[in-house]
Amino acid sequence: MGLSVSSLWGSLTSLVAWGKDKDVRILMLGLDSAGKTTILYRLQIGEVVSTIPTIGFNVETVQYKTIKFQVWDLGGQSSIRPYWRCYFPNTSAIIYVIDSSDHARMQTSREELLTMLSEEELTGVPLLVFCNKQDVVGALKPEEISEQLGLAGGEKSREWSVRGSCALKGEGLEEGLDWLVNAIQK
Amino acid sequence: MSLASKKEEELGLSSYYNNKTTILQEARVFNESPISPRKCRALLTRIVYLLYIGENFGTQEATTLFFGTTKLFQHKDSALRQMVYLAIKELALTAEDVIMVTSSIMKDMQPNSEVIYRPNAIRALCRIIDPSMVQGVERFFKAAIVDRTPSISSAALVSSYHLFPAAKDVVKRWVNEAQEAVNAKSSTGLFSVSSGGSYLGFGSSSTSNSGYSPMPSTSFVTQYHALGLLYLIRRQDRMAVTKMIQQLGGGKSGAGTVLKNPMALCMLIRYAAKVMEEDPNVQKQMFDILEGWLRHKSDMVNFEAARAICEMKGATAGQLTRSIAVLQLFLSSPKATLKFAATRTLAALALTHPASVATCNVDLENLISDSNRSVATYAITTLLKTGNEASVDRLMKQITGFMSEISDEFKVIIVDAIRSLCLKFPTKHVAMLGFLSGVLRDEGGYDFKRAVVEAIFDMIKFIGDSKEQALSHLCEFIEDCEFTKLSVRILHLLGLEGPKALHPAKYIRFIYNRVVLENATVRAAAVSSLAKFGVIDDVKLQKSISVLLNRCLDDVDDEVRDRAALYLRVIREPPLAVTYVKDDSTYSLAALEAKLVAYVNNPEASAQPFDTSSIPKVSRQQAAQEVTRPSSLDTIGAPLAQKSSPTPPPPSAEETRSSYASQIAEVPELASYGPVLNSSAKPTQLTESETEYQVSCVKHIFREHVVFQFNISNTLPDTVLEQVSVIMQPSADSGLTEDFIIPIPTLSPATSPGIVYVSFTRDAPEVYAMASFQCLLKFISKEVDPGTGEPEEEGYEDEYQLEEVELSAGGDYIVPSYANFSADWDRMRGASAATETFALSAMESIQAACDSIIEILGMEALGGSQTATSTTVHTMQLSGLLTGGGGKILVRCRMTFARGQGVTLEVGVRAEKPEACDLVLSAIGG
Repeated sequence: MGLSVSSLWGSLTSLVAWGKDKDVRILMLGLDSAGKTTILYRLQIGEVVSTIPTIGFNVETVQYKTIKFQVWDLGGQSSIRPYWRCYFPNTSAIIYVIDSSDHARMQTSREELLTMLSEEELTGVPLLVFCNKQDVVGALKPEEISEQLGLAGGEKSREWSVRGSCALKGEGLEEGLDWLVNAIQK
Repeated sequence: MSLASKKEEELGLSSYYNNKTTILQEARVFNESPISPRKCRALLTRIVYLLYIGENFGTQEATTLFFGTTKLFQHKDSALRQMVYLAIKELALTAEDVIMVTSSIMKDMQPNSEVIYRPNAIRALCRIIDPSMVQGVERFFKAAIVDRTPSISSAALVSSYHLFPAAKDVVKRWVNEAQEAVNAKSSTGLFSVSSGGSYLGFGSSSTSNSGYSPMPSTSFVTQYHALGLLYLIRRQDRMAVTKMIQQLGGGKSGAGTVLKNPMALCMLIRYAAKVMEEDPNVQKQMFDILEGWLRHKSDMVNFEAARAICEMKGATAGQLTRSIAVLQLFLSSPKATLKFAATRTLAALALTHPASVATCNVDLENLISDSNRSVATYAITTLLKTGNEASVDRLMKQITGFMSEISDEFKVIIVDAIRSLCLKFPTKHVAMLGFLSGVLRDEGGYDFKRAVVEAIFDMIKFIGDSKEQALSHLCEFIEDCEFTKLSVRILHLLGLEGPKALHPAKYIRFIYNRVVLENATVRAAAVSSLAKFGVIDDVKLQKSISVLLNRCLDDVDDEVRDRAALYLRVIREPPLAVTYVKDDSTYSLAALEAKLVAYVNNPEASAQPFDTSSIPKVSRQQAAQEVTRPSSLDTIGAPLAQKSSPTPPPPSAEETRSSYASQIAEVPELASYGPVLNSSAKPTQLTESETEYQVSCVKHIFREHVVFQFNISNTLPDTVLEQVSVIMQPSADSGLTEDFIIPIPTLSPATSPGIVYVSFTRDAPEVYAMASFQCLLKFISKEVDPGTGEPEEEGYEDEYQLEEVELSAGGDYIVPSYANFSADWDRMRGASAATETFALSAMESIQAACDSIIEILGMEALGGSQTATSTTVHTMQLSGLLTGGGGKILVRCRMTFARGQGVTLEVGVRAEKPEACDLVLSAIGG
């Protein structure tokens, strides 16, 4: 434990030094109404804002602890998904947001995720999956979703993690970012 | 383009640097992390520069650049963001999937984002937004229009203006906000203009929610934008526009207006002028408002008002006085623009009101030597129009002095002025002809040369003394004329005028030179021209012409050879000459064209030779008038001077007929009826012009049918008419049986006018059935729900009484046609003829009788016989064609008038068919 804390600390400090000359560019993707925009502003200003479906993208600089992330929240509507690829270059990490209560589209969400991961420009880029809306009754647990996504065993070329979150309450977001910082540093 | 190439020569390196390929390479800079705002801005500037000088980016290239540009939204640098918006607006025209920046732009539009972002974002949004999404941004726009920051308000207003065509219904709802922006309370509230240092008022506002103090505006340009939008929304509704002008006009003196922006006032003046032109009822009101603006403190407003008054239809000298005084003041202004504007307006006004403009003559004289040649040109042309005979020579000398220094466009203006001057002072023709022939020798483009040649043509036509002289100048000109069109016209004129001259022989050398030296088109024209000399009664000349034409038989061009051969034959056989060379009538071209098209399109017709007898003829004079009638294109492109002329003349009867024919050809039910024999020359109005439903009727005669075409307009904006039909009740024994009615399924103001066809069968096609019809418009009226724009389910049946429709001889069965009356009258001695005497006791004069006979018969009066020369005895000669190949009809009306008895009329008819005689007599008798 002590080791891991100190290694995390070390990684953070090195990231700070590294972040001075280079932004940490993070893509946040996922199907529409998964909660990407809500997560973005929850992270940036710490509040829940009312959102409308994103046509295009939102980009904000998020100060997390001492690090500046530049988070690109791309719209998830099927008409906009083809343009995700325009924003792939120079990506340091991907946050993929899934609506845990949307059982019907879990398969669609999985396919979009796998298609994206197969892109050459994203090879080796760490992936954080937020299983959002954990507060909704009947939401799938992160473990169940992880199972359905089938990343275990299949994905060896990158760091990845599947975590539960609730953007409205702000639960699970910080833990996720901590993991992400660590993964990027590696 | 020339600008770009010039730039390239000057800046060799820069052409490499500002090269499309280089830029596409360097666009990588957009993907860098972190972004360098300075580098990106420089690159964006170069992209925008390239787009502005006309470089085209392909869709793929533009899209790549566009997506690169969108990545720059991550950086908050406001200078960079402005540049991003500029580039987005330009690239959005060619790039695909521009919708991807919507969210980013909408975020910048929010009230809490930086003030510098907001107007830029609004203007960019209107370029990328989809019409269906306008509703979604309605709230933003409404708030932005009334925003206290002028730049935001202006941006929102201008963007609304651009969105209007795509999303009319949504933008219409913003009218209250636009009205508020016109009133400009927000920008005057804190910084009233009257306080001297208002534009230094930084920091005096702390109420702005972003902590930014709105830039006070001293220009009030927002009012201009708001007014534009208001007008766009209301322009269909003349009442609303009138009300708006009165409201914003600020009363009689114009002092009470809320409008502080001169451009807004100018726009208002233009709207007022337009309203005035469309609705004479408000002319007085509008005129008072316009006059008030003559005293406004801005030159621009004064000028606009003065010009509007000068261009007013039917302005009286008294009404013009004050605006001319304003313009006169401008003439002595040191500003060239004011001088130019004033002289140009006066030059146009001088055409219609030379006496009123003459008050400015002293000031105009001073401008003749103005260093600005455009001002000088207008000053001189104005003086030419207003001046007296004595000043003409002096002015002409002055013009000759600087003719070489002005552009062709202004030369044309001068030549046109001289042309009208020639007709005004015929005694000065020597000087003017000298001037015109002088400038004809100068360098100049086609338009200029054409203007000069036409001016000389006019002189030949109207000033007999100048003819010989003018013709020899033209002869000289064609010796070295680079414009084929002009050569052809001059040769044609020489052919017409030359043979009538004292020594026709002297023109022949000039014409024959063309045959030797010119291209085929000119050679052919020269041959035709020569032939005209060959048919005059001069044996010696005839022989020489024959020799010349014989030489033309060896020409390399078919047309030239054919013409030469034709004319040689014509010269040998004098009777042919009468028909082909000396004939002073010609076919009505529009009618001939329509018949030929129908003939070519109908495969069955080709078994028969083309029948020319059913085509009305017109005299050469009428044909010439037809040609000079300005085409719609000319009217649009006409300079200021002609703009004030009333609406362009309506299309000729022949043109409307041929357009009906193509309209009818598209109705499948009427396809089996065969060709249209005749259509009414112009629609008969069956309703008053101000009623809610407007109906006019056009009659089409077929061989066995009569079709009535009803053009119906619904002017009620909130009502849709369904199953619109016209019920026709013919008078008894009409000899017509109704076949069917083709109703209009739905008719709204947008789809008006719609057409209802009612078809009747002529029971006996050889009888020319005449009848009158009671007409009733029937329809189901439905209200339109203003919310959805859909008509309501329930409607009610309604009827509307129309005026009666007549089927009569003149216009329906007989069409006017030109003929050589005396010759044809004798020739048709053997054809069917009839004579009958009528006592027209109700007629009060011979002239009244002539007018009504022409109206009833619809025939052409020949040789000016439509005007009675004596009050007691008169003979009128009429000529026409019976439709459907019924042949010629000639009518001789001999009339006597005696007080108390009225007019006694003896009608003599000679026609190729006996039915025609009956038709004429029954028409007059009925």
